[in-house]
Amino acid sequence: MGQTISEKIISNHVGKKVYAGELVVSEVDGCMASDTTGPLTIKAFHEMGGKKVFNPDKCALIIDHAAPSPNERIANLHKMMRDFAKEQGMRLFEIGEGICHQVMVENAYVKPGDIFIGADSHTPTYGALNAFACGVGSTDLAATMMTGKIWLKVPQTIQINCSGKLQEGVTAKDLILFLVGKVTVSGATYQAIEFTGEAFEGLSLASRMTIANMSSEMGAKTGIVHPKGLELNYDFEAITPDEDANYIKTFDFDVSGLEPQVSAPESPDNVHNISNYEGTKINYAFIGTCCNGRLEDLDIAAEILKGKKIHPDVRMVIAPASQSVLLDAISNGTMTTLIEAGASLITSGCGPCVGTHQGVPADGEVVISAANRNFRGRMGNPNSNIYLGAPSTVAASALEGQIVNPKKYLV
Amino acid sequence: MSEVQTNIKAKAHVYGDHIDTDRIIPGKYTKTLDMTTLANHVLEDLDPNFNKIVQQGDILVAGINFGCGSSREQAPLALKKSGVSVVVAKDFARIFFRNAINIGLPVLEIADHNIQKGAELDIDLKEGNVKDLTAGVTYTATKLPDIMINILAEGGLVNYLTKYGDYSL
Repeated sequence: MGQTISEKIISNHVGKKVYAGELVVSEVDGCMASDTTGPLTIKAFHEMGGKKVFNPDKCALIIDHAAPSPNERIANLHKMMRDFAKEQGMRLFEIGEGICHQVMVENAYVKPGDIFIGADSHTPTYGALNAFACGVGSTDLAATMMTGKIWLKVPQTIQINCSGKLQEGVTAKDLILFLVGKVTVSGATYQAIEFTGEAFEGLSLASRMTIANMSSEMGAKTGIVHPKGLELNYDFEAITPDEDANYIKTFDFDVSGLEPQVSAPESPDNVHNISNYEGTKINYAFIGTCCNGRLEDLDIAAEILKGKKIHPDVRMVIAPASQSVLLDAISNGTMTTLIEAGASLITSGCGPCVGTHQGVPADGEVVISAANRNFRGRMGNPNSNIYLGAPSTVAASALEGQIVNPKKYLV
Repeated sequence: MSEVQTNIKAKAHVYGDHIDTDRIIPGKYTKTLDMTTLANHVLEDLDPNFNKIVQQGDILVAGINFGCGSSREQAPLALKKSGVSVVVAKDFARIFFRNAINIGLPVLEIADHNIQKGAELDIDLKEGNVKDLTAGVTYTATKLPDIMINILAEGGLVNYLTKYGDYSL
């Protein structure tokens, strides 16, 4: 019987062919926790009798959710993480080094064919790399750090097949927002997603990460982009599904006519063509996050904002996904362009997306954000509204002070 | 050494579909190891009265996709510390579901329940039966995988691994 990508990757790890529905205990190739989940992970690790992590080279801690620390309570939690990493001989990514998912990919903690467990719900991002990556909570991660293993139910797989090429001025973010709208926030719960078809084949690694990242907004256990067209700076063996693999459901979309998309408050699947929201006044524009804080995202914003100033009633915050992204954006002039246009640069990390600090909206304010979530209160104030869009949409909207279709600035 | 109460008779607090983890515990409160802080803000953006009215042992009832969003284990921890003894929902987001079991908060999935606000429930966790005493209806929850039953029976994953040292299927 044919296998999906997820079934193949798990089978390779457990030494026998397994299929959807089977329970397995698998070794993992890597794991990580952030400063939201890390302190509870360390506490649980000690409580369950953990002495040494299973392999310090395969475990990482990242300080990204509240970096640098906004108060003494969080400063002490960060210290707890630094002390644990030092004691275990494992790498801790410091404040400003970047968002967990970005630094895991940049530093090759995760590779094609791997099983990776992260204590963060956007861990499926690594599906861009043809890896099986799942988010878990702190206690699960503590157990993985101690044993090097995870228990899993082999998931059923939903195939999402997108034919056609995206139009100029339409990006991977528009595509994944469209798909989240169609599949809905609970449409893939407990399941894996395989993204396949022409629309994904020409995408960069960064765009593939944007796609896989929002698998979690459909409830998926993991979301893997078909490796056709995937280019990495090292050799790898791609894992592809068998032709007779068994899918629980298949979606077919022709996306050649897709327009820029916007997700309106207050659920990521409240997605519509941008024309439905054009003219909505905004106060605050944000580009960053594990979804859209990479170089190509900053570059497209700079293309739109070059030589112009953002609207006087709008403030704009930029959080590059990593220090490496920031350095590249400095070298190619993008960062200068964005700052000259009036944007404010903050530390690489999760920043305003998680509502802890670095840009909480005021009551009644409207945000256009390149992030992946717009739940009520997500950015720290339940009395504000968050619209999600592509970095191009965020930049064009910042310019005009209202939600606008960015295509006129790009085509 | 079961720490989990297997029979629960209590009042239901009923909410709707897609209650995300930001609504269960906003991100700004998650960076702490102090469970009381978490409990003080539980469900704050959904129902600011919840932490004033919830009683030790009460039951939380919801619709579909309960606990979607972030992986924060602070969400089930906040509920448990606030006094919630079990969560019944039409279905759960997967990370919340695992987290709840891992910290010893029982979760029951009943796809077709019609439990109304204030209902008195009598729950047999071992059998997965939920008697709605107010409406006079009995529901049976979806059976958990054996490994989850075993983790829950120990009161959570910390106790399970302390006892067994490793996973066993």
